[in-house]
Amino acid sequence: MKTERTTKLASAEKRSVSPMEREHALHLLRSMIRIRRFEAKCAELYSAMKIRGFLHLYDGEEAVAVGVMEALTPEDAVVATYREHGHALMRGISAGAILAEMYGKQEGCSRGRGGSMHLFDDKTRFYGGNAIVGGGIPIALGLALADKMQNKPRVTCCFFGDGAAAEGEFHECLNLAVLWQLPVFFVCENNLYAMGTAIRYSHSVTDLARRAASYGLTTAAVDAMDVQAVEAAAEEAAVFVRSGKGPYFLECRTYRFRAHSMFDPELYRTKAEVEEWKKRCPILTFSRKCLSDGIMSDADIGEIEREAALEINEAVAYAEACTLEPVEDLTRFVYSEGRPA
Amino acid sequence: MSNGMEHMRKLTYREAVREAMRDALRKDERVFLMGEDVGRYGGCFAVSKGLIEEFGPERIRDTPLCESTFVGAGIGAALGGMRPIVEIMTVNFSLLAADQILNNTATYLHMSGGLFNVPLIIRMATGGGRQLAAQHSHCLSGWYAHIPGIKVLTPATVEDARGMLWTALDDPDPVLIFENSGLYNMEGFLPIDAGPVDIDSARVRRAGKDLTIISYSASLFKALDAAETLSKEGIEAEVIDLRTLRPLDERTFLDSAARTHRVLIVDEGWRSGSISAEVSARIMEKAFFELDAAVERICSAEVPMPYAKHLEEAALPRMEKIIEVVRKMVRSHG
Ligand SMILES: Cc1ncc(C[n+]2csc(CCOP(=O)(O)OP(=O)(O)O)c2C)c(N)n1
Ligand SMILES: [Mg+2]
Repeated sequence: MKTERTTKLASAEKRSVSPMEREHALHLLRSMIRIRRFEAKCAELYSAMKIRGFLHLYDGEEAVAVGVMEALTPEDAVVATYREHGHALMRGISAGAILAEMYGKQEGCSRGRGGSMHLFDDKTRFYGGNAIVGGGIPIALGLALADKMQNKPRVTCCFFGDGAAAEGEFHECLNLAVLWQLPVFFVCENNLYAMGTAIRYSHSVTDLARRAASYGLTTAAVDAMDVQAVEAAAEEAAVFVRSGKGPYFLECRTYRFRAHSMFDPELYRTKAEVEEWKKRCPILTFSRKCLSDGIMSDADIGEIEREAALEINEAVAYAEACTLEPVEDLTRFVYSEGRPA
Repeated sequence: MSNGMEHMRKLTYREAVREAMRDALRKDERVFLMGEDVGRYGGCFAVSKGLIEEFGPERIRDTPLCESTFVGAGIGAALGGMRPIVEIMTVNFSLLAADQILNNTATYLHMSGGLFNVPLIIRMATGGGRQLAAQHSHCLSGWYAHIPGIKVLTPATVEDARGMLWTALDDPDPVLIFENSGLYNMEGFLPIDAGPVDIDSARVRRAGKDLTIISYSASLFKALDAAETLSKEGIEAEVIDLRTLRPLDERTFLDSAARTHRVLIVDEGWRSGSISAEVSARIMEKAFFELDAAVERICSAEVPMPYAKHLEEAALPRMEKIIEVVRKMVRSHG
């Protein structure tokens, strides 16, 4: 098991910056900001009653989805949880299609049948949006098994939380993935809480990477408030899995800034604790670092903010303009079409 | 002199299922079998015996004891382009995978707005009658039939055991196949060239004019035996094998009800909330004015299955009971 890593750029304060390096830093920051602003809009639209149902936001955890997705190729598969807007955006599903989904419109990425918790996309091999805690992990295993049996050197990346790591399926899956040497990249988003239950109240061993290692797989833990650290760790993991060496477990140590969902009064933690973590905000720390390293300027960040605002406004306009599926279609997609039902 | 049997061969239900799987494994490289003890042990009911020798441990895959995970892995493998057959030892253990079956298998196509269908087969043994008591004997196929998004097959005959699997593997959606463990040793005749059979219609297994008995799986044979006895008394019962509990082919039993005007349903499931309740309700909704008598049901007694032989027998539908109820029903005037 590896220990927490530092970033490639950490010690490179005063040196010349290549255009590629700058482009990449801009890309990482832009990605995190896109997610943050998208989530803010979702919260606003929830209050405006445009979005209903459960809504789980990703503020504070952006570096995980952004860093990990950098390590995946378009051929890889992703299985995510109900807190998956950021993952969907990073995988390449458009903000418009995601928002239309939350509006319950038929142009949504799941035709309005899924909502916030069940985003799907075949073109990017995005297999949900699973709202049964731990329920997506076996599916990821199966996707990886199919790849292995068909000799396809692809990675199935499976996101889940610290809470999921207490479920039986998690343990069954680590066992089986190692036993069968399946190309699964397990990404545990440890944000220290499962709804209102702090990790110390739900895990006998709170070092999840250490616990996972007991199944005999390669594990690492990373400070997931640092996008570059996540990216580097994910890169290493994806290379490992892709080369056929079996599964890999990466614990991303992060924190959720907002409530668990829109119904959560947050009785289980103090404001001070949240404020303390906000000082480590991945967007704040990374942009500060890029500014002080001279990789980017305030104007660059302003431009990123403008682009994000524009994209999101367009997405809202799109979702508003989208249409509702006729009620006559209610029982479609229970079975494949053209078959007796 | 030909008796029509020269093109037939005799085999057990178990052999029929095994042949169906062997056939599928030979014809389609994407097909593989996984489950507990399906390989080296040969299957807990010896259904997959010998397959690992022919197809190897990659395609006849022994899993650890983790029903939820290997059913979920079956979903993923199906999504990933394979045609997995997942075997669960018995229906009682399928409850450890109930989450994957209901929350994922049955929902993926719908939740994804039609993007991801799941061509997965889940086979499992079901049914009582072998003194296995309250955790190994239940008949929950009707319970699974409650769930939209999956198909529920209950092959009773050797022909269906042999022919339904192939059709199910061709289906784009998840199919659960319930094999009554009491049927595995049953012998039957099959045409040498028997092929696939449909998986969405019921069959009239015996024609009769006086009354309709609707059944499925192992209870079908109790109904058929009862019909033979009743025939000697001059009562001709029509016997319908539902074959598939979802989608339910109501046309076949509604038409029969319209011919005989009396219906008895024999169901190994518990009475409350059973598939027999569903069939009865549909007859009431759609053939009410055809009936000369109230629909009757013979189901399993509402107890967890007892171990003692006499109690287990009393708990399950019995042929004698069928005969008794039929006699009473045909005597009643419409
Ligand atoms: C099987 C199951 N049990 C309970 C729930 C209710 N629930 C939804 S989210 C959640 C907490 C999960 O925590 P974690 O896995 O850490 O993910 P996070 O929400 O922190 O991202 C719970 C208990 C559920 N959806 N599924
Ligand atoms: Mg958590």
